Amino acid sequence: MYLADVGALARKDLLLELRARDTLPAMLLFVLSTLVVFHFALPGNSSELAATGLLWVAIVFTALLGLARAFAAEREQGVFDGLVLAPSDRSAIWLGKALSVLAFLGLAELVALPAFALFFSPVDGPMILGVVLADLGIAAVGTLLAAMAAASRARELLLPLIFLPLAIPIIIGGVGTSVTDDPARYVWFLVLYDALFAIICWASFEYVVTE
Amino acid sequence: MSTWLRNNRLVALAALAFTLVTVAVALVFFYAPLDADGLNQKIFYFHVGIALTAYACFGWGGWKALRVLWKRDDNADLESYVAIHQGVIFGALTLVTGSIWARYRWGHWWEWHEDQLVLFLVLFLFYAAYFMLRFSVPPGPRRANLSAVYALFGVALVPVSILAIRLSERFIHPVAFDRHGPNMSGSQFFTFCVSWAAMLALAATLYHVELAGKRIDVRLRELREALR
Repeated sequence: MYLADVGALARKDLLLELRARDTLPAMLLFVLSTLVVFHFALPGNSSELAATGLLWVAIVFTALLGLARAFAAEREQGVFDGLVLAPSDRSAIWLGKALSVLAFLGLAELVALPAFALFFSPVDGPMILGVVLADLGIAAVGTLLAAMAAASRARELLLPLIFLPLAIPIIIGGVGTSVTDDPARYVWFLVLYDALFAIICWASFEYVVTE
Repeated sequence: MSTWLRNNRLVALAALAFTLVTVAVALVFFYAPLDADGLNQKIFYFHVGIALTAYACFGWGGWKALRVLWKRDDNADLESYVAIHQGVIFGALTLVTGSIWARYRWGHWWEWHEDQLVLFLVLFLFYAAYFMLRFSVPPGPRRANLSAVYALFGVALVPVSILAIRLSERFIHPVAFDRHGPNMSGSQFFTFCVSWAAMLALAATLYHVELAGKRIDVRLRELREALR
């Protein structure tokens, strides 16, 4: 029952995106432009490690672009009240939205990672694992914070401010998996982060959308 | 005496804070022995005390946030906000004192080696955004909820960030960096405890002063509404 609700909500977002094509093309174009900007931002003799670090910057900012739009449809059409009134657990709204954010982010990275390998340096297994785990954390925390930002007056302006300090541990874990010789430690750290914050978000989402 | 104390709790607390701060300053400069670091090490008594006090404020703010969500306690929202406000002030003081210490120890105003300083920078950014969030939502139960959820995120972020920053040392500074000085002697530890207590008393006083002011503000607004 709960999972059916979550599935319906996630499918709604994916269908909306399929018809309107608002967010995903913007994310794809943004991540590619960012990589080109990074090429010119890095001096010629800087190491490949610097480019890997910048890839993580690109991922976080692309995610922010998608997250800023995550609740746009709900807010503009007044769907929020309907969703909150619906006879299902409120955390299902969070989980459904987090899944659709995760799908968009994953699709953007399906383009970004090969492009990164083409432009800068090859991508290896631990790095892909790091990206997947980081995406889970970004989608979980980002969705809750996006709902918070949507309730405020500042909206899109506020989201990066509240999201980036919470994303710093994700960046540390992600960069650790992609530049060190011993990625296991960082993989476990990301798993810990994802589990901890997913539980907090799942438990507290109800308070973000209700009074 | 006991009725006077009950009626003038804030005055008594302020007097305690003043006495403790005076005693702490006297102990730090005239009692605690100098060690290998010289005079520079004196700031440590304040720096560490202030940092621990900032944690206490954030923790107290988190506890009050939990009360908002769990018990629907109407006063807790304001208390949580004031506690976090004091935490941010003490956090900024931690950054300043830590920066002065780094300047005299290593010759730079900022030192990424120093985990505690980096952590406080992250926390400072996080809690500064708390104010942005709080002031862009109209007052009411919704704002209380959003602030409380965000404050609880902060409580989770502290241990996660400590772990993350320690892990980041491995790829940012491959060389192990030993920042531990000699262990504290008995008299140094006593001085440290007194200055920590002084900072806690100071924070508690400021917390109650600000809370009283904010409550008067709220009451005044209610009266104005009633008169209209």
